[in-house]
Amino acid sequence: MTIDFEAPKPLVNMQTMLQTVAENMMRPTSREMDENEHAIPWDYIEFMHTAMRSMGGAGGLAPVEDKPKEGAEKRPPIGYQKLAVQIEMLAWGDVGYYLITPGGGLGAAAVQAAGTPEQKAKFLARFNDDKPTFAAMCMTEPGAGSDTSAIRARAVLDEKTNEWIINGEKIFVTAGDKSFTEYEKLGKGFIVVWASIDPSAGRAGMRAFVVEAGTPGVKITKLEHKLGIRASDTAAISLVDARVPFENVLGSPTVEKSTTGFKGAMATFDATRPLVAASGLGVARAALEFLKEKLKENGVEIRYGLPRQKLTNIEREVIDMEIMLKSSWLMVLKAVWMADNKKSNALESSMSKVKAGDVTTKVTQKAVEILGPLGYSREFLLEKWFRDAKITDIYEGTGQINRLVVARQILGYTGAELR
Amino acid sequence: MYSFEPNEEQQMLIDAVGKFAENDLRPAAHDAEESRELPKKLVSKGWELGFLQASTPEAYGGFGERSAVTGVLALEEMAYGDLAGALAVLTPSLFATPVLLGGSEEQKQQYLPKIVGGDWAPYTGALMEMSFDFDPNALKTTAKAEGDKYILNGEKIFVPFAKDAEALIVYANLDGITQGFIVEKGSAGLSVSDEREKVMGLNALPMYRVKLENVSASRLGGASGHDFELILSAMRVASAAAAVGVARSSFEFAKNYAKERDAFGVKIAQKQAIAFFLAEMATEMEAIRLLTWEAAWKLDNNKEDAHTAAYLAQTGAADMAMMVTDRGVQIYGGHGYIRENPVELLMRNGRGFASLLGLVIL
Repeated sequence: MTIDFEAPKPLVNMQTMLQTVAENMMRPTSREMDENEHAIPWDYIEFMHTAMRSMGGAGGLAPVEDKPKEGAEKRPPIGYQKLAVQIEMLAWGDVGYYLITPGGGLGAAAVQAAGTPEQKAKFLARFNDDKPTFAAMCMTEPGAGSDTSAIRARAVLDEKTNEWIINGEKIFVTAGDKSFTEYEKLGKGFIVVWASIDPSAGRAGMRAFVVEAGTPGVKITKLEHKLGIRASDTAAISLVDARVPFENVLGSPTVEKSTTGFKGAMATFDATRPLVAASGLGVARAALEFLKEKLKENGVEIRYGLPRQKLTNIEREVIDMEIMLKSSWLMVLKAVWMADNKKSNALESSMSKVKAGDVTTKVTQKAVEILGPLGYSREFLLEKWFRDAKITDIYEGTGQINRLVVARQILGYTGAELR
Repeated sequence: MYSFEPNEEQQMLIDAVGKFAENDLRPAAHDAEESRELPKKLVSKGWELGFLQASTPEAYGGFGERSAVTGVLALEEMAYGDLAGALAVLTPSLFATPVLLGGSEEQKQQYLPKIVGGDWAPYTGALMEMSFDFDPNALKTTAKAEGDKYILNGEKIFVPFAKDAEALIVYANLDGITQGFIVEKGSAGLSVSDEREKVMGLNALPMYRVKLENVSASRLGGASGHDFELILSAMRVASAAAAVGVARSSFEFAKNYAKERDAFGVKIAQKQAIAFFLAEMATEMEAIRLLTWEAAWKLDNNKEDAHTAAYLAQTGAADMAMMVTDRGVQIYGGHGYIRENPVELLMRNGRGFASLLGLVIL
């Protein structure tokens, strides 16, 4: 090993291919999807499913390794790096679209992080079947956002039938509708519901349950209307005496004096935070490229290499944006590289999300500001990217929660020591 | 294939330099700044770590190949100990590295074995000039060809160890482009100020003003010259790496202080206002560190955008160093303003990265 910034070939090839998808399938209908919230672009969903299957990688946020050619030298794993590059590129096309790319999403990521080998086999295989299939994560509740320990959903074991009975209200479920509603064009999806099996045990009692699409007692109660990412469905889901089989609990079904259940959720986030960061940076790159293109059309060149005192304000802003964007992307790469190499990346993962949240927000804000009316007009996509960008600093842990996670790590503090 | 792991050799160097920084540079930093004097032993001990020697090929008396990546790793560690000390140890590079990067075969043979084979000796470089919009690509010092020699005129500032320098590289404007010129000790028309430069920080580093009045010099690379951008980018990534080191030093002090200092019944690090400061300091540092690594890697691998990358790393590092070292002082509160505590010096040194260039090269 030595420090190396050469992109592996499979990553470069995938990037080129996805750029074509972004340019031809996403950008031309970006505006339409933004203005017709809750419309479902079946063309895109079916195309992506076919394309990703042929690449052997349908399944969303779970890393997939290429099978090594016979006799070829064994290469270090790059599954998470591939995901980061893929997500950044799709989000560059349209982050709302990216969020409805078929696959397991956060739901499968939870199974990947906390499931047994049997559960992984049972729940993850479906994403490679004939029809596009979705899965989602249900964690947030009306009264529990970043403070996941405040989750009130309950799961009780019915010993007679050996089933869990789940009750609760979940909100802000990304792709919740496509994961749970049984559309004819989709395969059977699932949602992963976080609930407590022992409220007196606090976080130690928290478990995740796989709830199959169409389970009786579970209802989509609302599809949210949002500031941005409007192509993506964000659902509210209620569970009333929903019954799921005993073996659908991820992790141990009994409460020990530990917080493994909660840690399962957090492990999911270590894996997915840099990927969410990557999705934000795709939007930021789109905005910055658009800005530079418009400036160029108007005869404004960025003169790299000059001292700051000789630069115009616009040049300074653009240069700062590039520094932010490039350095933030490197933090994502490092975090996923660590994940690929089985290095603990809780700190790097959260840092990459803190930085990307800031960068995505700032870059899109600045781009709109610098371009004046061109930035504000719906004639161009920039104003949409600005709205799309904001979610990066909110979902998968707000910038503030991630700062808290970073601070605890660098200070060596527990949650009790730094609240 | 992406990788963020230094190789074994680099790790050994990082460890050795880190030890020197921690055990030697750091403890001497405060007194050196106040007395404006670095202990001589310190500089020779740093020199013996063999950083420049290991970056010079065997053919010129060294025992390795130059790598900007290895350089930024080592320099961050050294600057983490003390910036003035690190710059002093590395001053001979201000002469040797440009010769290595742009010198003719003859120039390399003439100077490099002498420099890397001996004890630390004051070879140096003179880039900066006293103008608010100082631009290394638009120098006011001029060079004019005269036979196979060049005639230099102008004034250079902040030249480390110029007083005793055996030879120095002077950068000058030759028909609109920047070129380096080798100026020998005692050349006619070369005068070095008696007084040392006085600047906001870096007081332990002896820097002088250098005047050139019709000084005859030889051009780096001979008649065909050299690619100045290679030298400039090597200075830029060095500046960025040093900035990360200084910032990390302030961050570590502030973090440890915040874990000790009580207020309202808890450690101040347990307050989110302070904890978030620290989280952001760590995040920004890591961002610029990676940007610097990448720029160095691009230089080592002759990537098309290597020079832009070096420029962006330097620019970002200057802002980051200011932000982090400012917060270092802020976290110490009133105590941060007192010179007994280390963070105020780090803030003064941190401010320098936006104004200084050419005081270190990798």
